[in-house]
Amino acid sequence: MTSADVLSYAILVTGLLVLVSLLLNVWRILLGPDITDRILALDTLYINSIALIILLGLYNGSALYFEGALLIAMLGFVSTAALSKYLLRGDIIE
Amino acid sequence: MDTTDLLNYLVAGWLIMGGFFVLVGSLGLAKLPDFFTRLHAPTKATTLGIGSVLVASMLMTSVRDGGFSVYEVVISLFLFITAPVSAHMMAKAALHKRIAMLERTGNREMAPRISAQQTPHPEPEAEDKPA
Repeated sequence: MTSADVLSYAILVTGLLVLVSLLLNVWRILLGPDITDRILALDTLYINSIALIILLGLYNGSALYFEGALLIAMLGFVSTAALSKYLLRGDIIE
Repeated sequence: MDTTDLLNYLVAGWLIMGGFFVLVGSLGLAKLPDFFTRLHAPTKATTLGIGSVLVASMLMTSVRDGGFSVYEVVISLFLFITAPVSAHMMAKAALHKRIAMLERTGNREMAPRISAQQTPHPEPEAEDKPA
């Protein structure tokens, strides 16, 4: 077993762990007793999807995926902030 | 063992560590008993896990393309700055909505006072001021 094999197995195993995490987050979104639980699960879901995109970039050996990861990070933060602000004040931009 | 082997083993180790911490964060999100304890797991463990995955990607991309890959630093800095801010906003919204908390929560008698608190407006409205 060469070191390249070890690396590709490690990428696959990490992808599997991230997949299980995504399923747990979706479970929490469906189950969540309150709206804040769902917001928190959505926040975790986009952070885990960033990990999945980075893994895809490593697997394909391409640097093109980083812009997508950065876009998801920014839009996810803005959406979490907007949802929390809406719950807190009943309005997003006052 | 040459440097390529060393790099591959190093990247594999960082990746497995990152996947483990991401899983721990999501497991905490799924299993912990109430919202305020659930807030801990994703904001800390998942941020550490994603930082480890980004370190692995940074090592790999820097060696492969030559030079220093700056994208991962930007992404991890952005995540490390925004995770506490969004956690604070969600906790504030949960206190405002009076989400049920565990019986053994410390200082739980302060929660109604905090949820009754109004966040101040950035600037006072001009019409209400006396001339």
